[in-house]
Amino acid sequence: MSDSTLRRTPMYESHKALGGRLVPFAGWEMPVQYSGIVDEHHAVRKSAGLFDVSHMGEFVVEAERAIHLVGELVTNDVELLTDGQARYTVCCNERGTILDDLIVYRINHEKVLVVCNASNRDKIVPHFTEALKGRAKVTDLSDKTALISVQGPEAMSLLAAAGADGRVQEVPYYYFTDSVLCNVPCTIARTGYTGEDGVEIFCPWTDEALRIWQTLLDLGKDRGVKPIGLGARDTLRLECKMSLYGNDIDETTNPYEAGLGWTVKLDKGDFRGRDALLAIQKAGVSRKLVGFEMTERAIARHGYEVIDAGDNVVGTVTSGSPSPTLSKNIGLAYVPVASSAVGSALRLRDPQRGRVSAAVVVKTPFYKRSK
Amino acid sequence: MANFPSDLLYTKDHEWARVDGNKVRVGITQHAVDQLGDITLVNFDLKVGSTLTEGAAFGTVESVKAVSDLFAPLSGTIVEINSALDASPELINDSPYDKGWMVVIEVSGAVSGLMDPAAYSAHVEAG
Repeated sequence: MSDSTLRRTPMYESHKALGGRLVPFAGWEMPVQYSGIVDEHHAVRKSAGLFDVSHMGEFVVEAERAIHLVGELVTNDVELLTDGQARYTVCCNERGTILDDLIVYRINHEKVLVVCNASNRDKIVPHFTEALKGRAKVTDLSDKTALISVQGPEAMSLLAAAGADGRVQEVPYYYFTDSVLCNVPCTIARTGYTGEDGVEIFCPWTDEALRIWQTLLDLGKDRGVKPIGLGARDTLRLECKMSLYGNDIDETTNPYEAGLGWTVKLDKGDFRGRDALLAIQKAGVSRKLVGFEMTERAIARHGYEVIDAGDNVVGTVTSGSPSPTLSKNIGLAYVPVASSAVGSALRLRDPQRGRVSAAVVVKTPFYKRSK
Repeated sequence: MANFPSDLLYTKDHEWARVDGNKVRVGITQHAVDQLGDITLVNFDLKVGSTLTEGAAFGTVESVKAVSDLFAPLSGTIVEINSALDASPELINDSPYDKGWMVVIEVSGAVSGLMDPAAYSAHVEAG
């Protein structure tokens, strides 16, 4: 894809002015880093970070029983949500493998907002539209909705400094509220992808989004708040073992082996993929996504092979990186169930260079914030 | 316009070479460092005394995001390896042309085939 076809968010000029290194990502021109991945990572853990995640897909499902219709297409029990509540879920196909991971927001019984991955928008919006044809109105709002994530221990005080009203301070984890920020009407959700407290701000795809972004940046400067690129977004989510679609989960993986069985509510009634998932659950999985720590000086990357004592490939590394918080090299891999227990030794091979390095299965999440 | 030290020679793979008689000190350029970001690991596949062939991979440098091969700018024998990089790979970020050096190669013949700063600068500008 040539650069001219890449799409830009309302914050594009700010990313450039901030020294962000812009790279192609899922059809978008997005900052991978500004001051540096490690520096940005620590800023989020110690203070707060601002993320432009406007590339994410957003669509609204409207119908008389919208939440139940969405429930037909996702594994989690979104039917139990109350107005203003959100839930993480996966969305499976008939084979029980993962089309995308989503957050479902119940605005009210008749109106549900769904956020999907940027890379899956062109698949998921038609999937919902097709499946709910004649029963619900599905409207893609991605081009009208900018999304700014504020994450870190200072996130809520930063929002207060920016004049966010009391509703925002009181909104519990995985709930959301309408609000006004910098005179801009927006929706603020207590969600994130970093393992820290924080919010995601849905705002209009205009200069108003840029104004919110700029205001938060300016107010945060003295508190160590920084803009954060995709690079640190990845290391932050990895430390918390949050799945990255396209790396850890995709249409070849099912939620049980991916450690997302907790999002599958087989008892909630019928939904897309339920029969297959029931069969998988009954039969048991053959492999599991585990967290590992390197036990020698090496970093295993996405695509590295898990090999047995006879050098046969028995699994694959899906994510791997240095962990800035833990000062260790960590990662996620699909391994045979027999090698999935904490303490199991793993041998990981770089397929391009043939180098083999040792790792050990560890408890996840790698990092959990102290509350 | 990027600015690269005038007393060094360069490769298209963004390595620099400081020629001192038949000894050539090698590292990676500021441009390479900027592209990589935080460097977290350096691995040399070869030891002091190993023979290098021009263009062959002799190790890797890894940042948070990615792993990149190091290619020998010249043929010769490795006579020194910067072991300080084992514990402190960030020396490459902080001081790419000095403390972040990687290996010293002893060459048998004349040094040729490397770019001067102007040619390297043009190479970088051309992307």
